Amino acid sequence: MQTRRKTLQHSAIVAGMLAATGLFPGHALAFNAKAFDAKTIGDALKALGAAAPTESKDVTIIGPDIAENGAVVPLGASTSLAGVKQLLILVEKNPSTLVAAFNLTDSVDANISARAKMGQSSDVYAVAIMNDGRTFFAKKEVKVTLGGCGG
Amino acid sequence: MADPMRIRAQAAGGNATVRVLMAHEMETGQRKDAAGKIIPAWHITEVSATHNGKAVLTAEWGPAVAKNPFLQFNVKGAKAGDKISVNWKDNRGDSRTDEATVS
Repeated sequence: MQTRRKTLQHSAIVAGMLAATGLFPGHALAFNAKAFDAKTIGDALKALGAAAPTESKDVTIIGPDIAENGAVVPLGASTSLAGVKQLLILVEKNPSTLVAAFNLTDSVDANISARAKMGQSSDVYAVAIMNDGRTFFAKKEVKVTLGGCGG
Repeated sequence: MADPMRIRAQAAGGNATVRVLMAHEMETGQRKDAAGKIIPAWHITEVSATHNGKAVLTAEWGPAVAKNPFLQFNVKGAKAGDKISVNWKDNRGDSRTDEATVS
């Protein structure tokens, strides 16, 4: 019989083992490991406490139509909406979908560019989480031709 | 200690465009070495930027950010002579802060 106490003991032991192997970045308290482990966009947003997103023309994802090198894909997220709390960049078919989450303040434009890795051709998403909890997204397909084999 | 970041901040029309190039391996934890062992993940997890000491942007990054990460953002109201400072921390507990002056 699995009692609650036993379960708790087990999870403590497992957490200890993870900490010992260094898989558990315990020092990075602000880092939301659960969101970055999420395999689907829905799970990643849930882990960040965001609502289900709706597509919006006011959110823009910037990226190439074809990326020759999947190791360096320039991606950008921007929105013309006011009151943005977070901008996310996600790649749907990566092992973990969430690439980066940017927490904005009033002093920064809601327009961020970075470079991401992509395992294969996939839809990329820009998600804007507003201060009032609304969530909007835009998506774009990026084709990846690894090693220049052509597509 | 990690290599320094390259930060360029240019004022234009009351705002400043900040471009940051960080030197970091950004190992995903998915790749295997020649012996077939998985190379452990080693990537930047947190980035923060300040404008004259005031926090303007923080970010959380996963392993899918490209090697030697590039980041671009606009700081409102920054003018020539202002200080822009950027800090990163990785999942091994290493960190680095660099500062640049808006030109």
